[in-house]
Amino acid sequence: MPAVYDLANRGLLPPGFSLVGFARREWANEDFAAEVHDAVKEHARTPFREEVWQQLIQGMRFVQGTFDDDDAFERLRSTIEELDKAQGTGGNFAFYLSVPPRSFPVVIQQLKKHGLADQTGGSWRRAVIEKPFGHDLKSAEELNKVVHEVFEPDQVFRIDHYLGKETVQNILALRFANTMFEPIWNRSFVDHVQITMAEDIGIGGRAGYYDGIGAARDVIQNHLLQLMALTAMEEPASFDADALAAEKTKVLGAVRLPKDLSRDTVRGQYAAGWQGGEKVIGYLEEDGIDPKSKTDTYAAIKVEIDNRRWAGVPFYLRTGKRLGRRVTEIAVVFQRAPHSPFDHTATEELGQNAVVIRVQPDEGITVRFGSKVPGTSMEIRDVSMDFAYGESFTESSPEAYERLILDVLLGDANLFPRTEEVELSWKILDPIEEHWDKHGRPAQYKSGTWGPAEADEMLAREGRSWRRP
Amino acid sequence: MKIDLTDTTAGKVNKALVQGRRAIGTPAVGMVLTLVVVTDEENAYDALKAAGDASHEHPSRTLVVIKRVSRSPRDRTSSRLDAEVRVGVDAGSGETVILRLYGEVADHADSVVLPLLLPDAPVVVWWPVNAPLDPAKDPLGALAQRRVTDTYASEQPVRELSARADSYTPGDTDLSWTRITPWRSMLAAALDQVVCEVEAVEVEGEEFNPSCELLAMWLADRLDVPVKRSLSSGPGLTAVRMHTSEGAIALDRADGSLATLSIDGQPDRAVALKRRETAELIAEELRRLDPDDTYASALRFGVERLNASASAAVNTAPAPAPAAAPAAATATAPATTPATTDPSPKGEGAVAGTALEAAAEAPATESAPQEPPPLKKRAKAT
Repeated sequence: MPAVYDLANRGLLPPGFSLVGFARREWANEDFAAEVHDAVKEHARTPFREEVWQQLIQGMRFVQGTFDDDDAFERLRSTIEELDKAQGTGGNFAFYLSVPPRSFPVVIQQLKKHGLADQTGGSWRRAVIEKPFGHDLKSAEELNKVVHEVFEPDQVFRIDHYLGKETVQNILALRFANTMFEPIWNRSFVDHVQITMAEDIGIGGRAGYYDGIGAARDVIQNHLLQLMALTAMEEPASFDADALAAEKTKVLGAVRLPKDLSRDTVRGQYAAGWQGGEKVIGYLEEDGIDPKSKTDTYAAIKVEIDNRRWAGVPFYLRTGKRLGRRVTEIAVVFQRAPHSPFDHTATEELGQNAVVIRVQPDEGITVRFGSKVPGTSMEIRDVSMDFAYGESFTESSPEAYERLILDVLLGDANLFPRTEEVELSWKILDPIEEHWDKHGRPAQYKSGTWGPAEADEMLAREGRSWRRP
Repeated sequence: MKIDLTDTTAGKVNKALVQGRRAIGTPAVGMVLTLVVVTDEENAYDALKAAGDASHEHPSRTLVVIKRVSRSPRDRTSSRLDAEVRVGVDAGSGETVILRLYGEVADHADSVVLPLLLPDAPVVVWWPVNAPLDPAKDPLGALAQRRVTDTYASEQPVRELSARADSYTPGDTDLSWTRITPWRSMLAAALDQVVCEVEAVEVEGEEFNPSCELLAMWLADRLDVPVKRSLSSGPGLTAVRMHTSEGAIALDRADGSLATLSIDGQPDRAVALKRRETAELIAEELRRLDPDDTYASALRFGVERLNASASAAVNTAPAPAPAAAPAAATATAPATTPATTDPSPKGEGAVAGTALEAAAEAPATESAPQEPPPLKKRAKAT
């Protein structure tokens, strides 16, 4: 909602833009508006302006009903038709489906039954779907089938707010608009890649959703594999949705899982501890969680990409809740210099060069390299060169959702994963989940730390270590 | 710019840091390390000032962890974190966060510090006072590559030195050791000028000053000769006298700033060996972050053995001082490894160049009798 307001405030919404809420709650239009109003006031990025709000509120409606209630969908249709006339929306609708996975088929069928999804004469019907896009390959395929029965595949937008982040889009700019990075972006120079998404919070009130899903399904399948695809893909022929999807699909198809999954994957659950100065409880003690639950709140996996560019370069993906701090980043770590004219003590503290793309918070890029410590002795130490968005671009970077919603309205599918990408991601993750299901239990890690010791060992075995992000 | 946060969390402090940087218009982070200062309220000001000065040489994020004393049972059970975020001119060259921990959270300071460490940059923990006996096992110490203690600030320095030797882990270091760097390079330089065999050494300094013990142990360890530790009324280290096959070599500093180097058969030379400020010591410590092997080996020599081996012919008089002449430019010792005493194989040889400035001890002039080194004669041929 705040994103919609921000778009309106920046004058990017078409005139007559209308918003219809549909939920079980017993609300009148005014209650809905009030709810939106509060959310906007609290979270909008841009300052609150009454006249913008007045423009938005004119097109705001609420329809009460349950998903199996035919009358309610009829009301929804009449509301939309009325808006069409009153606001001149031109018969174009986007359905933002923020519904639990199990309700998906019924909602989609209802939309179809009541003629809400029929495209007529030049107008469009789009569906926006939030994650999870299924919980394994089979369910994802079913889900896709259900949705595609009603909506055209190119009118379905799977929203992954990470892909709307400025820095994520900047990966493409960094790699393909510059000359200095691409020549070293391959196995001859890159030692390994680490992609991390860490949260400092626990599962909060989402026990019902989270238990049985876990960190790998919740994050690695979509966010991390997408980030990996963008980092590793070849240069697309052009910057349009088809070309991008083709490259991403290629690289996801080339992903190879390690042979020994117990060795090269790690999962964990947060245990009670202290996080950032607050005492917190463990996952198994959370409300609504089965004390015997095997759900992972931390997952780390190693994958390789079998192509000429990346053969032999491991990609380490990790995600977890209740880790040290909230951060998402991609670190491309380079090999050490093949020869060093300096003696051992001079370079003892020198690590490996790295390019780090900081996705959130504090979006930007860091380049890490060695530099001499001022002084009379030759002592080389890692330093970092930083690029932060706030400095270089004075207009604050648009929030991810803003960008994505705008893209939906414009029909620009560049930043939305396609069906094939979703299915390929599940193909990567499914064997791991199956393996985990059959073998062992998640390791426990203390809240507020950087994950279980097993994950450190996983990298240490190969002479590497996780970055402290 | 200062941002005050009460009853906060590390996550909020991180946000405030970004906010502060943006507000002053330099959102990029150019800092090379995180310095964690663990102290009490009483010593916080001085420590912070020293860290701030040192940050001009090493731009760093300084986290000052102040554990507040709970004075009632109720205070102990409740727990609160207050933070003061300073960026820009208020924070030297870098950023400073002062964390005040009340109640239970004081025992979990590592949970507050961990999220605030700079990504992937080295971490140095410095305890200006009340350092734990085993720094590497301390929850905060475990986060760091380098752990700086200061035995000089402790109640029983000599006993603490022994404890440090027992718990030594690569990455440990002590400011009492840093204080004698100029002495070490000067002595190494002196031995470079004379081809001789050192037979015995005497280190003289005030009591309760672990630097004297450390210097003595370093000499004993490196030269493999008996070293005697004797007392004077200070300030700090006052003299080192070496008895060699070619006569005596003495480095005498009576007033804590200007020393005299006398070598038999050579004119006396004045050497500036001023006692240094804490900020200078910290800045020097931060120059190297790899384990200091020389310190380890000197420390491990053992204070007891020092006293026991203080034997043989140490009763040599301070060198006769003939022709006083060319003062100043004495520190000619190039970084070439001196015969036996290398100030440190870790490249600190280069300090010889800069070392002319000073050695340091905090000012102090308590004098009370303390286990005087037993002057047992025990000829041990080396």
